[in-house]
Amino acid sequence: MIRVELPAQLQTLAHVGREVEIQIDGVVTPRSSIDALEARYPMLRGTIRDHITQQRRPYLRFFACEQDVSMESPDIPLPDAVVLGREPFLVIGAMSGG
Amino acid sequence: MSRVRVLAGTRKGAFILSADGKRDKWDVSGPHFAGWEIYHFKGSPADPNRLYASQTSAWFGQVLQRSNDGGKTWETVGNNFAYEGTPGTHLWYDGTPHPWEFKRVWHLEPSLKDPDTVLAGVEDAALFRSTDGGQTWNERTGLRRHASASNWAPGAGGMALHTILLDQKTPGRMFGAISAAGAFRSDDDGATWKPINKGLVSSQIPNPTAEVGHCVHRIAMHPSRPNTLFMQKHWDVMRTHDAGESWEEVSGNLPTDFGFVIDVHAHEPNTVYVVPIKSDSEHYPLDGKLAVYRSRSGGNDWQPLTKGLPQANCYVNILRDAMAVDSLNSCGIYFGTTGGQVYASADAGDSWTTIVHDLPPVLSVEVQTLP
Repeated sequence: MIRVELPAQLQTLAHVGREVEIQIDGVVTPRSSIDALEARYPMLRGTIRDHITQQRRPYLRFFACEQDVSMESPDIPLPDAVVLGREPFLVIGAMSGG
Repeated sequence: MSRVRVLAGTRKGAFILSADGKRDKWDVSGPHFAGWEIYHFKGSPADPNRLYASQTSAWFGQVLQRSNDGGKTWETVGNNFAYEGTPGTHLWYDGTPHPWEFKRVWHLEPSLKDPDTVLAGVEDAALFRSTDGGQTWNERTGLRRHASASNWAPGAGGMALHTILLDQKTPGRMFGAISAAGAFRSDDDGATWKPINKGLVSSQIPNPTAEVGHCVHRIAMHPSRPNTLFMQKHWDVMRTHDAGESWEEVSGNLPTDFGFVIDVHAHEPNTVYVVPIKSDSEHYPLDGKLAVYRSRSGGNDWQPLTKGLPQANCYVNILRDAMAVDSLNSCGIYFGTTGGQVYASADAGDSWTTIVHDLPPVLSVEVQTLP
């Protein structure tokens, strides 16, 4: 099981807490993580990646072990600490306020 | 006794305002979908407990919500709005070609007969339809593929199909409006469309009487007289008696004929309401005095209605989908403002009360009249 941390708006939408655990069969990557997340929580489809292009939405970023992997290939393997569930895979929304 | 349910979409969630037929005591439920923009929020005429809400966010895109119990509980439904085929281009603000890109659902129009069938007007302008309660959406391509579409350009708020009116008397007929392309009519259930802009004059565009390119803010009809439409254009209030084949200006004695909302009394097809707004750029009531104007003659002769509305220091706007009428014997009129107020009149506009005054900016107001 890997852990995925979601921004507050998506927690509300999916009726979950800050972190969810999901099972991934195969290589753990940003793409497979989001695929599994959407399969488990279908209401999140289209909210993290555009439905058509499958591109990450521009106001969201992906982090793993304090590293920004947003600009990496979506098929890059995530660190072992994420794979083993010691660290979460973070979906982070751009700050807004002011 | 009949009841009314006012559905208010705001910049930060949806609110349901309920009252009995007296409309003097209101129960407020919400925010639903807190923190999200609710562009539009409407009930099915065929099943008033079936509600649809367009929930959007710059961060997370489009979400569609559906309720089967009048808004007590909600479920997310489909949000995949994929243009059919290669979308092509329209004009951008600077006149260059710009790819058609889905941004959000501006308007939801449930079928008159089937709670599971609903139309969606979207930005960039196109029409989608669901026949399974919003789970899946298919584009009705005839609008976006109209021969003039590559010359459409956005208004300041975007290029959206923001108005959809269903003709109850003529099977298959519906009307749409796009800023800034104009008004359109379909006679075949949305399969094909024709521009209906003859008579519109827009001095802000290179050809003021062009077939398309007009910034139509809103159109309205009375169900019993669907060939008569009323239009609030960027400037000018207009009327047609022939389903849009020709329009005439009916701004008459309005102090300014700029505005966004327009609606028709539930029982008097000639009684029309607008809220004049100062513009081009101010977008607030003249002299800080909020007034609804009513014409009982289908336009031209307008009467200000101010009782109960702020008459000093009021600098809000009333957006195009933010006025609605109920169908109680004494027709109720409702509108919401960008200042977060929702005003109601239980006497056809003669006097107004504030249902709520501190909501987030109101994007849309719809009303259901319930048994």
